[in-house]
Amino acid sequence: MLKILNLEAGYGPLRVLKGISLHVSPGEIVALIGANGAGKTTLLKTVAGILKARSGAIEFDKRQINGKPPQKVVELGCCMVPEGRHVFSTLSVRENLILGAFARRHRDNGATAVTELEQVYKLFPILKERESQLAGTLSGGQQQMLAIGRALMSKPRLLMMDEPSLGVAPLIARDIFQTVVRLKEAGLTVLLVEQNARAALAVADRGYVIETGQVVLEGTARELCDNPEVQRAYLGKDYKTIDE
Amino acid sequence: MDRAALYNAKSETMPRDELEQLQIERLQSTLNRVYRNVAFYRTAFDAHQVNLERLKQVSSLRELPFTTREDLRKSYPYDMFAVPLHDIARIHSTSGTTGVPIVVGYTRNDLRAWTECTARLLVAAGVAQHDVVQIALNYSLFAGGFGFHQGVEQVGATVIPASLTTNLEKQIAIMRDFKATVLISTPSHGVNIVAGLEQMQIHPERLHLRLGLFGGERLSDSLRHQLEEQLRITSIDTYGLTEIMGPGVAGECQVRDGFHINEDHFIVEVIDPRTLEPVAVGEEGELVLTTITKEGFPLIRYRTGDITQLNPEPCPCGRTFVRMARITGRTDDQILFRGVGFFPSQVEEILAGVEGTSPYYQIILEEKGGIDTIEIRVEVSDKMPFLDEVKALEALRIQMAKCIKTALDIEAKVTFVEPRSLRQLAGGKGRVVDNRPR
Repeated sequence: MLKILNLEAGYGPLRVLKGISLHVSPGEIVALIGANGAGKTTLLKTVAGILKARSGAIEFDKRQINGKPPQKVVELGCCMVPEGRHVFSTLSVRENLILGAFARRHRDNGATAVTELEQVYKLFPILKERESQLAGTLSGGQQQMLAIGRALMSKPRLLMMDEPSLGVAPLIARDIFQTVVRLKEAGLTVLLVEQNARAALAVADRGYVIETGQVVLEGTARELCDNPEVQRAYLGKDYKTIDE
Repeated sequence: MDRAALYNAKSETMPRDELEQLQIERLQSTLNRVYRNVAFYRTAFDAHQVNLERLKQVSSLRELPFTTREDLRKSYPYDMFAVPLHDIARIHSTSGTTGVPIVVGYTRNDLRAWTECTARLLVAAGVAQHDVVQIALNYSLFAGGFGFHQGVEQVGATVIPASLTTNLEKQIAIMRDFKATVLISTPSHGVNIVAGLEQMQIHPERLHLRLGLFGGERLSDSLRHQLEEQLRITSIDTYGLTEIMGPGVAGECQVRDGFHINEDHFIVEVIDPRTLEPVAVGEEGELVLTTITKEGFPLIRYRTGDITQLNPEPCPCGRTFVRMARITGRTDDQILFRGVGFFPSQVEEILAGVEGTSPYYQIILEEKGGIDTIEIRVEVSDKMPFLDEVKALEALRIQMAKCIKTALDIEAKVTFVEPRSLRQLAGGKGRVVDNRPR
């Protein structure tokens, strides 16, 4: 579904992605794991069209999307849930969600937006309860749900999530990951960026470990969990027990 | 042809474009890892001014330096490991007949991948859950026994870890009484079993064998037919090497027209051993393998020394993996004899050790009734002590054979020939005569 080949991107003189290749097959949850600054968010932003790639190819559903503007990428069915939620805090929950269907406004005069809205409410009943509340007054976890719901309003086939558990209470984070699994079961494909490697690998099918802008490990979630390097660096196994 | 008989249909019948994407992803991550973790590769890549960020397609692999057997020897024991010893779950090693052994470490994930690869070979060969598989290969540092064992368990068949017991009668009794349906062994051990059956007067029909998987040695067509006929089996040939992955690199499917290479784990190249450039598709050359999933002992462009050719044509079995032909020879003068590899220079050294001076000699390899034989002809010289005493000469001959057995673990027939009869061969052609059929 998503195929990235030798992607390079960065900010000004700073090269962040140094030739990354990865793919996401339909129906998969793929996790990107790596330390702060490894390039995970940069990768999502580049795919989403927010950041321009310096070289390399990004193929979504066999179409080159490299260089396409963000709204076009969303229209094609690839939507991102940004890190830190970025909900419109002065708008109501409902208004935030309706805005998520913006890219589809011409397609059916917003007719299906209502059905979409119902589905999002079904997925996150709390949003229905808080429908008219200002988004800024929601808790962190609720805002995260709102951000996911807003992305779903665009009816994506590939959902890219950037740190959905960041700054969210552990219990809520668990709910969010369970939601990710439910979305997958409903046929959605997910590219998941997470600092919480353990949680991400628990729900993912496959994963890539990124270090300083390069992929250093690729494998099934189980393989990555069993990799001692990953355990030491990302799963918090005690480094001191290593006597090598 | 039963197209359903695939262990991992998703991988084994993967469209070539998907496979290519997977290969480049895995190659890049492997290269990034070896550059970070293996001093040998960091030095080698830097010396060749390789910029890994510029490596954008699988074919760019040719810009990277090779890894040779010599490099691996120098790394003895652990210098080529890409992870700390702590992360290594199992160690195998080459026999070391041709020099310092090569030590290979497997992480837990490597063992899992290996299991997957051998399971694929077994299913491709036709092994199913209801089979009883007798593994008559050494369970030791030699990777054969353990390699197949884990695959058989994975497939869900019954495994008999018979190993290579010195007692052939026992091996055969197990085969008969435990109702083994599949035999995994070297071809020469298969021949031994045939001979043993005759000796024990057991008719092959009284066995339950239906399938034989062979590896570790050359399986010529004639040998193949002989084993099939005399053991009442279908034979399947496999290819693997300890440095890369014991059994598990490649194996025949039931079409039996070439060995499918597990290309989602290995990238294969065939090069001209003289120019070191890739040969055209389908041409014969040296097999070069790059591992793209191994964590413990990844190898980049490893020169196997084996001569083969690739067949990219689609296979009727449905597998999309490329097929390699049976190994037809070696790039060096290494002699493969009953699963043991050695060089003529080693024989020379041993003979010199016995005699005191370097003798003129000739090595003659034959295949008789499926069994490889080796004869070493040594020129008698006046420097030999007691040349005129038959008894002393005989003692010398026996001692030479003994030393060869000790050093190389091969039973060679040593014969003395007239003075000056082998002199003209010194250092040139004809020193090794291989009359075995290919």
